[in-house]
Amino acid sequence: MAQQQQEQVYEKYYVPDQSPWPIVGAVALFLIAYGAGNFVIEQTKGESGYGGWTLLAGIATLIFMLVGWFRNQIHESMSGLYSAQLGRSYRQGMAWFIFSEVMFFAAFFGALFYARVIALPWLDGASNNAMTAEVLWPNFEAIWPLTKTPGGVETTAMGWMGLPLYNTIILLISSVTCHFAHVALEKQQRTKLIAFMAVTILLGLFFLVLQVEEYVHAYREMNLTLQSGIYGNTFFLLTGFHGMHVTLGTIILIVLFLRILKGHFTPENHFAFQAGSWYWHFVDVVWVMLFFFVYIL
Amino acid sequence: MSTATTELGHDDHHHHAPSGIKRWLYTTNHKDIGTLYLWFAFIMFLIGGAMAMVIRAELFQPGLQIVDPNFFNQMTTVHGLIMVFGAVMPAFTGLANWLVPMMIGAPDMALPRMNNWSFWILPMAFSILLASLFMEGGGPAFGWTFYAPLSTTYSNDTTALFVFSVHIMGISSIMGAINVIVTIFNMRAPGMTWMKMPLFVWTWLITAFLLIAVMPVLAGAVTMVLTDKFFGTSFFSASGGGDPVMFQHIFWFFGHPEVYIMILPAFGIISAIIPTFSRKKLFGYASMVYATTSIALLSFIVWAHHMFTTGMPVGAELFFMFATMLISVPTGVKVFNWVATMWRGSLTFEVPMLFALAFIVLFTIGGLSGLMLAIVPVDFQYHDTYFVVAHFHYVLVTGAIFSIMAAVYYWLPKWTGKMFDITLAKWHFWCSLISVNVLFFPMHFVGLAGMPRRIPDYALQFADFNKWISLGGFAFGLSQLIFLALLIKACRKKGEPVSDQVWEGAEGLEWEIPSPAPYHTFETPPVIK
Repeated sequence: MAQQQQEQVYEKYYVPDQSPWPIVGAVALFLIAYGAGNFVIEQTKGESGYGGWTLLAGIATLIFMLVGWFRNQIHESMSGLYSAQLGRSYRQGMAWFIFSEVMFFAAFFGALFYARVIALPWLDGASNNAMTAEVLWPNFEAIWPLTKTPGGVETTAMGWMGLPLYNTIILLISSVTCHFAHVALEKQQRTKLIAFMAVTILLGLFFLVLQVEEYVHAYREMNLTLQSGIYGNTFFLLTGFHGMHVTLGTIILIVLFLRILKGHFTPENHFAFQAGSWYWHFVDVVWVMLFFFVYIL
Repeated sequence: MSTATTELGHDDHHHHAPSGIKRWLYTTNHKDIGTLYLWFAFIMFLIGGAMAMVIRAELFQPGLQIVDPNFFNQMTTVHGLIMVFGAVMPAFTGLANWLVPMMIGAPDMALPRMNNWSFWILPMAFSILLASLFMEGGGPAFGWTFYAPLSTTYSNDTTALFVFSVHIMGISSIMGAINVIVTIFNMRAPGMTWMKMPLFVWTWLITAFLLIAVMPVLAGAVTMVLTDKFFGTSFFSASGGGDPVMFQHIFWFFGHPEVYIMILPAFGIISAIIPTFSRKKLFGYASMVYATTSIALLSFIVWAHHMFTTGMPVGAELFFMFATMLISVPTGVKVFNWVATMWRGSLTFEVPMLFALAFIVLFTIGGLSGLMLAIVPVDFQYHDTYFVVAHFHYVLVTGAIFSIMAAVYYWLPKWTGKMFDITLAKWHFWCSLISVNVLFFPMHFVGLAGMPRRIPDYALQFADFNKWISLGGFAFGLSQLIFLALLIKACRKKGEPVSDQVWEGAEGLEWEIPSPAPYHTFETPPVIK
């Protein structure tokens, strides 16, 4: 009896039964890692091999896993298995995941700052390196953006006016429309919700198109490539990883959009939407940092 | 708290474990996953240990005799990677899986399916790493720290496999850490307030935070190594405006918190065992919590003490020296509290207590040699010698690994319901204790005399000590086979049945449930007063 009373006070936490999806996911990551490693090795040696195919098989398995796992998850959620406590677990999990992403970008921002503030001035003789600079890189001048490396590779700096500025405005607006969509969801204004989600997705896609346009311009006309020394390195890795996150974010938004059309979310129960919108805001904040530190400063 | 809505689903729970291979492949049970983690860690410990045996066999006498230098370098590298990422970290994660839900009165980990995913990535990642040893050019040979340019300009092509296997190891660690942190934040039973949590839970909470903060930085570092080696970037090459020293900064920004990731849970274990066998409450519980937190925060501002000889400006060297020495204050608080807990306690010396006592003494030796290494001018002499090897093996083997063994002996009867073979356990303890000191203590001397680390050959004057070091190493390796035998026996449920409390002085939720712990515990949360 005492136990029954307790059950009335405390919700039961949903502990799922066995699931095949995690092990499928582990196999997928194995294929991706093993395939990607071999693919890179084969490309370097100029050999043909099975690396690329293994990688593709891994990605296919991962997509299969994600579809199956999410379908299972959505089904459970729709049949009312989840409690408020479980919702908190998901939200906290998502928040910590985003924190880990922040730290991933921090590593590359750290490399950017270290190169600008310490490595390049030292190569130019700052601190106690005057003699080293004189002997090793006598003609090197530490400027940022680094348009000529110590080794002599020349490139052009990417300005912030024009395309990058448009992209900043696009992403900032998309963050706002994403927020409006969230508000509409909570107020149960379905038409507004659908409209704002559609606009957010279109802005995301538009951003990606412009980003590709910028890369093409950088490679074809500016001689700014991945091989152009530390400026090109930080530029392409930071914007490239950001672009990958925008791509993922857009896919998440599209999935959410389809779920909205099916009427999956209620004002009380919409963790997936909230997680997607947090992710989108995070991607926008990273872009603002990028815009300042990579383009403007 | 609202009273929603869970008619579906939870009634069909299995109260007994499902059988067959699917139990382990598909499991969402924190106890099963904990067991998987622990066995995986132990197998990796034996594989990494076998590599250490190769290293010690080669170093038994001067000159090159058994393996070629390139293979020797692969052995030191993969030994380090396996022990850090494959043995110590998964063992602690396994303990967290088994213990954290039982200690805080939760029905399982917060995200049980992701828990399974985190585990099963690990065998995948390590099979890639180990497979690379057998490929053309061999496995990674640049040390577990993979300093550029060794890992970029001068490495072989299988570096790509190393990079991607580290990536998925990192994914596994991050997901595991998110699971632990969310479990502790969100799954505590009513009344389990922050300052009532067992210290193992506290230390793991902070460890999980460190993991989420620094594993992505490691992912960044390996990514830059990958692009530098294969895609023409020059993050770590001066001719393109980068800097090889920058690699060390990024790596150690990950690496120093990483070493606390490998010791903080150990502090939690020792803080559980010492009070039990002293039959006293832990001395200074709150100060233990604050000390753990301060160690974690300080760990973010000391990374460059690994790099005193890279030519940093004097101001930076001084900053990192003093910040590093500051860590000895909270660590000292911990050691003091353990000793004060035993003071006038009613001590008995069961096997977990033996390991815990050995931990306190030997970890403190490792801590003190760390303090010596923290002093910049002294480090100029010690850097990259066997003194460093002695230091980190004292904190990792007699520190982290002894604590894991103490934990296994302490909680094993709760897991199996049977007392382990005490005679074998005592043999394991005494053989390990003696051999580990024969193994690592003389390394201080050869290091101070200038023997460099990661070298397959050495000058003649180091020969006598190295002979003893190798003999100690073989003895330590063999001693672990006693542990293997004991564990197999325990898993086959041999031995005397134990009571629910198991140990006379043990306190905490996990000692109030039956032994062996049922497959599902605390499906309804207990109320903690």
